[in-house]
Amino acid sequence: MLEVSEVNSFYGEAHVLNDLSLSVGKGEIVALLGRNGMGKTTLIRSIMGVKPPSRVIGSIKWNGEELIGLPSFEVARKGIGYVPQGRRLFPSLTVTEHLTVLKPAHEKTGWTFEKAFDFFPRLAERRQNRGDQLSGGERQMLAIARTLMTDPNIILMDEPSEGLAPVMVRHLEKIMAELRGEGLGILLVEQNLYSALDVSDRLYVLETGRVVHSDVTANVAANLDSLTQYLGVH
Amino acid sequence: MNGLSLLQILNGLTFAALLFIVASGFTLIFGLLRIVNLAHGALYLAGGYVGYSAATTTGSFLIGTMAAMGAVALIGLVIERGLLRFVGDNEMRQVLLTLGVTFLLNDMLLVLYGGDTFTVPVPELLRGALNWSGFFYPKYRLFVLGLGIAVFILLWLLLNRTRLGALIRAGVDDAETIAALGVNIRRIFLFTFLLGAALAGLGGVIGGAFLTLYPSADAEILVFSLAVVIIGGRGSLLGAAVGAIAVGMLNTIGQVMFPELAYFVIFGPMALLLAFRPLGLFGRSV
Repeated sequence: MLEVSEVNSFYGEAHVLNDLSLSVGKGEIVALLGRNGMGKTTLIRSIMGVKPPSRVIGSIKWNGEELIGLPSFEVARKGIGYVPQGRRLFPSLTVTEHLTVLKPAHEKTGWTFEKAFDFFPRLAERRQNRGDQLSGGERQMLAIARTLMTDPNIILMDEPSEGLAPVMVRHLEKIMAELRGEGLGILLVEQNLYSALDVSDRLYVLETGRVVHSDVTANVAANLDSLTQYLGVH
Repeated sequence: MNGLSLLQILNGLTFAALLFIVASGFTLIFGLLRIVNLAHGALYLAGGYVGYSAATTTGSFLIGTMAAMGAVALIGLVIERGLLRFVGDNEMRQVLLTLGVTFLLNDMLLVLYGGDTFTVPVPELLRGALNWSGFFYPKYRLFVLGLGIAVFILLWLLLNRTRLGALIRAGVDDAETIAALGVNIRRIFLFTFLLGAALAGLGGVIGGAFLTLYPSADAEILVFSLAVVIIGGRGSLLGAAVGAIAVGMLNTIGQVMFPELAYFVIFGPMALLLAFRPLGLFGRSV
């Protein structure tokens, strides 16, 4: 579905991604691991067509169609959902407005307003609140619900568990598994190794802008040492 | 000098209504889009002249108004697409660019219309005065007051009760994110800019019928609009309304009670307000 091949991204002169290749299939959760500053967010932004990075070369194909060079709104309209790092909700919009302001990418839409509230009952209770009046967990739910309203086929999630209490992280994992059940692909940027191991099907480890390790998660879980050397966790 | 009469209060409020119409366009562009558009006064004057020509040619005030709004929106399109998009968010460049546009527009208007004073003809229906048991007040000025209120309500509904309004607010909050969620936010911003410009054009016709049109009218209205938006707080519609009433009333009080200090009566309190509330009455920091 999503095929990233030999992508190089630059911030001005700084070369941040280096011949990076990976893929995400339908109904698959792929985790992207790595320490801070290794290029995870840059990769997500490169796929979305968000600037900076100022220059992206290589190939990012979506169902065979090249995405590099498209403005970000056109990338999104092809069915690529985006949950940015730090949620980035709109402070002047209510919960309801976050969910009604966007148009679905396709005419047929599986996701409706009601379904989003069924999926995230907490948001239904808070529907008149503005984005900046929610708790951390509610904000993350809203950031995911918001992009679901565009009816994506894949969601790029940039550190969704950041700043969440463990109980919320587990809830988030459940939601991701349910979305996978609906046939969505998820590319998950995660700092939390154990959360990533719980939820993902495959994983990639990035170091200084290149893939240094990739495997099926089930294989890795049995032998964590191979991973922890890259991530600096014990 | 025994306080304000009802007549003077009404004069202040109707002037405030005109100021609101012009400043509401200014607050869309300067307050929401964060574009320092110093050509807003020139757009007002251009709208006034176009409205004058169209209204005198066709004999219809309504056609004059629509022509003015359309023509000024078109000038706005040229400014936004043709010029402003090349300077990005750089405020100094926006100031210099729109100041240049102001000189250009004003000189073109001077060539076309000369230095004479013009008054946009008011339709028959709005001529003369209303009579409330001996108290006379011009119908047209009351119409301006009503129009100002109508513009406030319509803009409030647009921004707060429509999907387009929510898109504008979301774009102002975080343009990068709303774009990455599939919205062509440039187009939404362009529409907002054109709407703001059209409101300047509307103001030109409305103001041109009772303040008259002359070569430096643009600078006066721009200074008043700036005062309105700065007092009210950038980007706040309610702020623009309150700011317009404040400036309109202060202007009247100044002219009636302290004619030699008329400008000071407006800008003195504004300076004082900014010392304590740098973001204006309803301004939010971003």
